[in-house]
Amino acid sequence: MRRASVSSAAWLVFTRDLTLAWRRWDEVAQPLIFYVVVTTLFPLATTPELAQLRTISGGVVWVAALLSSLLALESLFRSDVEDGTMEQWVLSGQPLGWLLLAKVACHWVLTGLPLVVMAPIVGTALGLPYEAWGTLVLSLLLGTATLSILGGIGAALTVGVRRGSVLLSLLVLPLAMPLLIFGSRAVSMAMDGDSPAGPLQLLAAIFFMVLSLGPLAMSAAIRISVES
Amino acid sequence: MWNWLHKFASPPHAYRLLGKLAPWFGWSSLALILLATWWGLVEAPMDYQQKDAFRILYVHAPSAWMSMFTYVMMAVAAGIGLIWRIKLAHAAAAAAAPIGASFTFLALATGSIWGKPMWGTWWVWDARLTSELILLFLYLGYMALRSSFDDPQRADRASAVLAIVGVINVPIIHYSVEWWSTLHQPASVTKLDKPSIALEMLYPLFMMIVGFQLFFGWALSRRLRGEILRRERNATWLKDVS
Repeated sequence: MRRASVSSAAWLVFTRDLTLAWRRWDEVAQPLIFYVVVTTLFPLATTPELAQLRTISGGVVWVAALLSSLLALESLFRSDVEDGTMEQWVLSGQPLGWLLLAKVACHWVLTGLPLVVMAPIVGTALGLPYEAWGTLVLSLLLGTATLSILGGIGAALTVGVRRGSVLLSLLVLPLAMPLLIFGSRAVSMAMDGDSPAGPLQLLAAIFFMVLSLGPLAMSAAIRISVES
Repeated sequence: MWNWLHKFASPPHAYRLLGKLAPWFGWSSLALILLATWWGLVEAPMDYQQKDAFRILYVHAPSAWMSMFTYVMMAVAAGIGLIWRIKLAHAAAAAAAPIGASFTFLALATGSIWGKPMWGTWWVWDARLTSELILLFLYLGYMALRSSFDDPQRADRASAVLAIVGVINVPIIHYSVEWWSTLHQPASVTKLDKPSIALEMLYPLFMMIVGFQLFFGWALSRRLRGEILRRERNATWLKDVS
């Protein structure tokens, strides 16, 4: 049998997941709805004054994005491990890290990207000025992508665990704290009229580090979950 | 060297060796900690700015140091266990985690008690306190992951991956929190934290750190022995020991 190249195998995984997601699009929409609902809670809990909301708007959008991308992570590898697909991938001879990265990339397109697109709308509702839009979108682009890979490591570790969703948040949130710091800092710097280049570059640096080392950790974790 | 390593890594040998080492660690740490306590609380001069309140440093700084040392040691042990498949290394990581979490908690508690007279509040979002708090979360996550598996081998290997991911992240978390707090706070708060310390104050601190390190050795030997007993409860060599 002809063996597929790495890129075509990864592409197959990506398109397969995309197709699966389209057939259950309501599941894809749920984190997005959660995102909007959570951001609505903040004005209700604090104050409807836009002037005051403005000061925390960047942070609120970031925290809500962090939480709602965690929400979708738990099921990332579960069904594939349960029906044996993952075992076949491990045995297929393809580099497992690439396949998992393709899966995570698809997950990001389905859950991370909508959050990024939604962010300016939600931010504006909280009084975020137009000048900060670009920074918010850019910081969330880098941040949600990094978070998807970090969360992929967590999901791979907890895939065989009962009630793994709470555990997953416990594992991933402390690791995601630097993203939150740099991301919301970049937004508030842009709101003050400063150049947000510093924190954005740090976010990009973390993204590339996680992108290079993350697949190794993910495939190690999946092998542990599948083999034993 | 490999022969020696394999001999040490065998549970019966390690069990006996740790049993012999534990009293040495225990008594020497007790002696050093008592001596350093007396030296630090009675002999060392008073701080001109913080008066006697600074003396909590002799508990706070060693436990903060040990909290980080233990995490790195745990990650190194987990890495050794993962790469060379040495079960004893996994057991050492498992035994070290609760000790490290306790040191972290102690550092947080003493930091908060120290903060009350110095800053006027129990908690300040100071960079060191915050990164210490995140370190505590990392410990708790590690222990939660370990305890959620029924199969001990899987628990060992999965938590080893987490420990290694965590230890790569610790410096990033530390520097990001440092940067975050310097931007948000007046410098006067952090200035109190690193005074140019007098030598008479420093000697008992060093002694205390060595004492804490030996205490860690004692606690780890005891816990590791317990961990070996738990894992090898069906092994035949245990009958000869008891």
